[in-house]
Amino acid sequence: MKFGYFTERPVRWLPEEVILENGAHFGVSNKYYDSEKAADEYNYYIDENCYAEELGFDIIALNEHHGNPFCMGSVMDVEAAILARVTKKARILLIGNPLPVIKHPLRMAEELAEIDVISRGRLITGWVRGAGSEQFFNNANPAYNREYFEEAHDFIVKAWTRPGPWRYEGKHFHYRHVNPWALPYQKPHPPFWIPGVLSPETIRWCAQHAYPYFGLGTTLGPTCDLWEYYADEAQKCGYQAGPENFGYVVPCFVAETEARAQELGKLFLFGGGQHTFALPEHTFPPGYNSKNAIRILAKQPQASWLGISGEKLHAQVENHPVNLEDAKRNAEADYQEAQKHHLLIVGNPENVIKKLKVVLSSLRVGTIVIFSVQGPVSNEDRQTSMRLLAEEVMPALKEHAKSLDLIDALERSPGQNKLQAGVKRLPVSDKGPLVELGIA
Amino acid sequence: MITTIEETMSVFEQELVVLKGGSGRPLLILHDELGYPGWMTWNERLGRQRTLLMPLQPGFGKTPRLDWVRSYRDLAGFYSQMLREANLAPIDAIGFSAGGFIAAEMAASNPQIFSKMILVAPMGLRPAQGEIMDIFPITIRSHLRATVADPVHTPEFAQIYGGEMTPEVFEAFEDARAETARLGWEPYMHNPSLPHLLRGVRIPTLLVRGTADLVVPSGCVDAYKQALPHAEVVILDGVGHRPEIEAAAQFEREVARFLAA
Repeated sequence: MKFGYFTERPVRWLPEEVILENGAHFGVSNKYYDSEKAADEYNYYIDENCYAEELGFDIIALNEHHGNPFCMGSVMDVEAAILARVTKKARILLIGNPLPVIKHPLRMAEELAEIDVISRGRLITGWVRGAGSEQFFNNANPAYNREYFEEAHDFIVKAWTRPGPWRYEGKHFHYRHVNPWALPYQKPHPPFWIPGVLSPETIRWCAQHAYPYFGLGTTLGPTCDLWEYYADEAQKCGYQAGPENFGYVVPCFVAETEARAQELGKLFLFGGGQHTFALPEHTFPPGYNSKNAIRILAKQPQASWLGISGEKLHAQVENHPVNLEDAKRNAEADYQEAQKHHLLIVGNPENVIKKLKVVLSSLRVGTIVIFSVQGPVSNEDRQTSMRLLAEEVMPALKEHAKSLDLIDALERSPGQNKLQAGVKRLPVSDKGPLVELGIA
Repeated sequence: MITTIEETMSVFEQELVVLKGGSGRPLLILHDELGYPGWMTWNERLGRQRTLLMPLQPGFGKTPRLDWVRSYRDLAGFYSQMLREANLAPIDAIGFSAGGFIAAEMAASNPQIFSKMILVAPMGLRPAQGEIMDIFPITIRSHLRATVADPVHTPEFAQIYGGEMTPEVFEAFEDARAETARLGWEPYMHNPSLPHLLRGVRIPTLLVRGTADLVVPSGCVDAYKQALPHAEVVILDGVGHRPEIEAAAQFEREVARFLAA
């Protein structure tokens, strides 16, 4: 089992009221950008990732978002390139490059190949479709999002594996001269791990390619269901899915005492947290979701995805008056609810171990990535959490994973475990621990 | 009450559903970016003199989406094929909003395709001043609300869009928004070459706009007038993006007068 570290690199100097008044992180004016503070933060976060390696985390994960103080990584490949040079042994996981919003797969192939070469083969690259708001920020036509994604992916694989020069005329991308003089260190190319929020279309695509799928803090019960869906699709492709096909990114914060952890862990909900990543009208650009997803959204007004429900979408949300006290009260309620459902794991090492064991036992993933706290938490408190995770939580979890035989994607290539025709596949998740806790 | 029928036409083995109603000489109606809104009073009145033909845009729910149609010019080409196949050209046409964009593209590529053309709050040209409202980063309800200046005093607006939105209606709007994004995302709801190609087109043209239109600024109609100097312009005071339901009587009068002339 692999244990990873991840932070959104939050903007920590921004007053919370600014986000609450805007109703979301996306769209907060960059008039609040402070280049001096940003310089400190970028350098600190690079150091923090180096510290994660020093502590023994197997993986350092990066992501990117656009036009959003939720995450300072606007071009994560820049940070990945620095980490490729300054770290020595940790794998660098990108979760992930938003192919449809970058719209330049040849450039992407070159960037990633350089990172992989500089790191001498430590890159694990992931692809995403980009958040809804990013379709607006990057002016990427949302109605072609999935087509861009699939075509860019296929092109990159080809650019890395077929000797050039050659010409490419696709539906959305066109290149006269494909012959990148930067090819991956790993052959045929770095592993692909795909993060997401349970879109069945993406899960099926991953199963078909035998790419590990990572749930991004997704609700545990439905995540188990989607794991089984992945395994069904894997069976159709002739293999038995296992822990190597799955990963999970879990928001988690640890302190020496439960009280201190609870106090600081609240900052996961800073500015409303993930629920206020973007307003509903920015989360669902036209054509971004499949027909099936729209149908579900239309018929189940309560269904929530990243905090956005059909009900909210139906409401007249523009020009929404913001009541800051209500917003803070909602955040407090969300905090307790998320902890109850193990979507947010906060506490002293003992309690955190107990809860993360539930996550491991139910999702049976080969890789767990810890998503560190948001908001203005001091460097010292952030590092205390990292140290406790590495020294106390990680060993206990690895032991637990061993007892569950949780093999990760670097130990066993996903798709290797062939399934004979007519043989019934094995389950890949276990809702038992969730049922026991009443959170299935 | 006029009975309408939905007829599936085959255009080179591709389906196109066309709503038909009324009697008399055919009149092509090109609906806007949100789809056919239902049979309105103005349809009922105009249908007494003319047979209204409304192609239901591919990808909007009824007509299957055509993968090769990736711009309003492509769509205009497809509709032109339909008119040729059905031997309907030259025909009178009315286009609303993005439907006006389609009509203008059809006219630019074949100036003989229409005998008369009415463009109501048309998109398609980069406005001389102002901007076409960005309809994509807003919810469907906000978009609908922006299409009329005074919803309370526009009874047909409430009749169509008022009350709870059923899942089916929500899905239909999302289909329309997705297809509109597919064709008009960039450059946003206009084609930079269109004003150049419209030059020299002599089709008698009526341009209609409301002074309180939040979606399409007056600069769009100005740009059309510049490309088609012979066009007649009708300006409706205090009216928004849907003159046909906001000022139905005046709209009908102007349309009838222009088509009869």
